[in-house]
Amino acid sequence: MASEALLSVRDLAVEFPTERGAVTVVDGVSFDIRPRETLAVVGESGSGKSVTALSIMRLLEYGGGRIARGNMLYRTRDGSVRDLVKGLPSDLRPMRGDEIAMIFQEPMTSLNPVFTIGDQISEAILLHQDMDRAAARAETLRLLEKVRIPEAKRLLDVHPHQLSGGMRQRVMIAMALSCRPGLLIADEPTTALDVTIQAQILRLMQQLQEEMGMAMMFITHDMGVVAEIADRVVVMYKGRKVEEGTTEEIFTSPQHPYTKSLLSAVPRLGAMKGCSLPARFPLVDPSKGSAASEAPQNTVKSAAEPLLSVRDLATRFDIHKGIFSRVVARVHAVEQVSFDIMPGETLSLVGESGCGKSTTGRTLMQLIEPTSGTIWFEGRDIAALSAAERRGLRRKIQYIFQDPYASLNPRLTVGFSIAEPIVTHGLASGSAVRERVAELLSLVGLLPEHAERYPHEFSGGQRQRISIARALASDPRLVIADESVAALDVSIRAQVINLLMDLQERLGVAFLFISHDMAVVERISHRVAVMYLGQIVEIGSRQDIFENPQHPYTRRLLSAVPIADPRLRSRDRELITGEVPSPTRRVGDEPIVEKLAAVSPTHFVAKHTVGAY
Amino acid sequence: MFRYLIHRLLGILPVLLLISVLVFAFVHLLPGDPARLVAGQDATDRDIAAVRAALGLDRPLWEQYVTYVWNILHGDFGISLKTRRAVSEEIGERFFPTLWLTLISMVWATLFGLVIGVLSAVKRGRWQDHGGMLVAVSGISLPSFWLGLLLIDWFSVRLGWFPTSGYGTLAHFVLPSITLGVGVAAVMARFTRSSFIEIAREDYIRTARAKGAFEHLVVWKHVLRNALIPIITMVGLQFGFLLGGSIVVETVFAWPGLGRLLVDSVSYRDYPVIQAEILLFSLEFILINLIVDVLYALVNPEIRYR
Repeated sequence: MASEALLSVRDLAVEFPTERGAVTVVDGVSFDIRPRETLAVVGESGSGKSVTALSIMRLLEYGGGRIARGNMLYRTRDGSVRDLVKGLPSDLRPMRGDEIAMIFQEPMTSLNPVFTIGDQISEAILLHQDMDRAAARAETLRLLEKVRIPEAKRLLDVHPHQLSGGMRQRVMIAMALSCRPGLLIADEPTTALDVTIQAQILRLMQQLQEEMGMAMMFITHDMGVVAEIADRVVVMYKGRKVEEGTTEEIFTSPQHPYTKSLLSAVPRLGAMKGCSLPARFPLVDPSKGSAASEAPQNTVKSAAEPLLSVRDLATRFDIHKGIFSRVVARVHAVEQVSFDIMPGETLSLVGESGCGKSTTGRTLMQLIEPTSGTIWFEGRDIAALSAAERRGLRRKIQYIFQDPYASLNPRLTVGFSIAEPIVTHGLASGSAVRERVAELLSLVGLLPEHAERYPHEFSGGQRQRISIARALASDPRLVIADESVAALDVSIRAQVINLLMDLQERLGVAFLFISHDMAVVERISHRVAVMYLGQIVEIGSRQDIFENPQHPYTRRLLSAVPIADPRLRSRDRELITGEVPSPTRRVGDEPIVEKLAAVSPTHFVAKHTVGAY
Repeated sequence: MFRYLIHRLLGILPVLLLISVLVFAFVHLLPGDPARLVAGQDATDRDIAAVRAALGLDRPLWEQYVTYVWNILHGDFGISLKTRRAVSEEIGERFFPTLWLTLISMVWATLFGLVIGVLSAVKRGRWQDHGGMLVAVSGISLPSFWLGLLLIDWFSVRLGWFPTSGYGTLAHFVLPSITLGVGVAAVMARFTRSSFIEIAREDYIRTARAKGAFEHLVVWKHVLRNALIPIITMVGLQFGFLLGGSIVVETVFAWPGLGRLLVDSVSYRDYPVIQAEILLFSLEFILINLIVDVLYALVNPEIRYR
């Protein structure tokens, strides 16, 4: 092994036995990790990056995998070198959590729900260190403070379900660092978190890494995160390493076509500076490496009447308590929200989880009854419509959900799912339905014969295309896309965004694009509304919001977005600290909402105090 | 936790009310005149009228119901038609034999099922798993009356290890409790296995291994504590099954318990006894459900804090 390396992986191959023989998912991968270094391993789902990490820990075998060949030399604390591939998975137990620790993608499911936070962290300490219970508990408290958890003492006796995702990930980090490991493997540790929380966690990890002098293997698909944190990068594609280099090299002169295509699909905040209209991603074909340039498009019919007008919309949920179910508090999910959407326009609603953006979408879709406020669609007040007219309205407003795996019925063919709205609304009958389904499938870039297949036969990106086809089946005027690309891989995400923009150009449909991803929003939107604690704190054209943000919350939100350019790395940006305040208020304690002040004819901002701002 | 308990207890009240109404209505819903049934086949019209007055059947229905509930609250369940003794006495002396039999069967069956289930899950797909599940399927498939007779034939008649029937010493418990518990053990084993396998796939089990926990800790602490949550529900349901099962087993082993009393009362049409037994079985069910709910909250922190 190279003399300075901490971990040296050589020619690693991993396979999973199936009924049809072994499937190789990692094939001949080699790389080194030096002490104190951060190595990013990037690639899309199925590229083998997580499996590589699980192999190093030898947790692979517990999930049914097998190391077919290769070796992994690790230099332990006492200086001896050990091949991690040798021996049984259980032989590696003393090293796990002690020499090499790992944190995972899903903080919500990675902590045991029946044990307290304190117990789970002390367990890791007691397993590897010679300490009694009281000392372990004191050490646990110290660790929780180290990962900047407020009220750490109270947290010791709390169960995981009482914590937010960001807090749980801090707990995971505290647990992983409890024995000062030489190597920390982080498998997509911030993917499931809000961008503001992600920025906090990334900074925390960098600080702790410097403080403890450990090496990090950081697995991610987000090039923005890579640019922010990594010293060197390994790019994986279909189980092989296709490129390796310093972060600078990878970003400035990528060699492999796949790396180029990956970088082209990365939304870069600020890439649209000076351009007033949305534009497609200039995607690079991974097999050829050549880029297609995309011109901005104008689809808004600005002279027309607004398609949708929302005025002072409020949606609140009552919280009942006690035997008589008294209302003791209300969740003010949406408070006095007003906006217009023009035909053919894309308005993005952005904000952190819990800010009320999805509730707004659901209220417009009439899935939730609004508490107050009015909604005009095509010039008519929705509340005044008859039941039959409301059904007609549902046809014209459609919804695309976040999770393409959960939003299609697995027992129905894709064709049936797409045909359902056509039949329900009586838009066609007989063989015309079949033709329409075929037409819709080709519209979203799939084949007509795919109609006969079931959802499980498709990838995540394809399923989201099917969901889009289903949403378009009833010929809607407005499509509400609720985090519709959040669960997709970067390159697939870019393709789906381009598809949505194609459809807007061809069909003139308007979008309400609900997202927490500022960089994607910058590409797709005509106008942007920033939501915080149920209120719109700033609304304006895309350029207004991104180039001239007025509200402090908008600025913080923008500064939390990782920038996919290692030269712009900065560790002293102002971050949003702490958690989002709760929108739950006692009965009678109504939030103060004032009219937004005009910055320009298109740009409005809240001047009153909202939450922490 | 205290609030949760109060909540559950209050929730029982309407159920109790409903059950008392149903059990009360039981006699009135039967075809024919209850007074004629009580008085017997050879009774004259005057006898029947006397019985009717004595039982209060000539008063308005709501008044009869109130009296019925009042009497129950004072431990008065009426007089057995067959033995002419107080129903409370009849039931009282048979209550504990059945309770002990049920409890002993439940305890061994649950522990046995749990161990077999966990071993099968850990050794999934290997001979221990196949063996365990073969035993479990056999246990579910065996009818208890037949298994009981088989056990008596082998262990009592041929080997003479245990008494053939009756109640008294610990030895009397062995064969009936095996007969009663086999089905439960089998169901518990299968259920534990599937619950365990499901939990073993969770992300937090991977976390436990990643921090270097010993495999026995992973299995018996991290997985089992979570797998127990659905298992506890299952134990409660199985308890109800045992109450039903005891009727057959008590008949086979001539056990002086509630099950056999019920069989006897039904064949004699001893309505006051049947009525009291239905009420008792219902109460037992409610009590078990309450215990299950409390245990459930104890093992599942997400419920405890609600």
